[in-house]
Amino acid sequence: MANQTTAKAKAAEPVQPANTMSVIAPALGWLIPGAGHMIQKRWIRGVLLFVSIGTLFILGLLMQGHIYKANGGDILEMLGFIGDLGAGGMYIVTLAMNWGQGAIAFAIADYGTKFMIVAGLLNFIAVADAYHIAIGKKQ
Amino acid sequence: MTVQLTHFSAAFVFALFASIVFGITHRETTREMVRYGLYCFALFLGGLLVAGWAMWLVRR
Repeated sequence: MANQTTAKAKAAEPVQPANTMSVIAPALGWLIPGAGHMIQKRWIRGVLLFVSIGTLFILGLLMQGHIYKANGGDILEMLGFIGDLGAGGMYIVTLAMNWGQGAIAFAIADYGTKFMIVAGLLNFIAVADAYHIAIGKKQ
Repeated sequence: MTVQLTHFSAAFVFALFASIVFGITHRETTREMVRYGLYCFALFLGGLLVAGWAMWLVRR
């Protein structure tokens, strides 16, 4: 019975062969938010994602938010690092320029820190979306 | 250069951009994307106002 159900589910889903775009689009989308959509000619979606995620991240920096590094030690800092890492190229540039290294001294700086983490997490979702477009699961 | 947003404007900006990304990534057609984005935005701001008034009531 269970095997029949599984077999039906497999038959319903069209098998999509892995292609180059299914690797390039997510990778590019991680590096530059929205680029994974733009390379697949979803221009408006790509631009909107770029503006939304980019603005959140930059606003976070301008609000004197803190950027987390890999060797945080504390579990919460490691989670913050995972979130920040999602911003891809912006995270790399921020680290390289030594921005966002101040202490979180007031409420707005704490909001800024959360803005950057959420920007990274939203970019993870955008990367997954670019992958789904590349494999034909979404238009 | 620094930016000093108020608590409400920070929440507004957050809700706006998060809703745009949710709308694009969670729905298939353009119409559904716009509708879902607006729905998320309304929930974000509605939740913000409800939580704000709830805290005001608790404080009294």
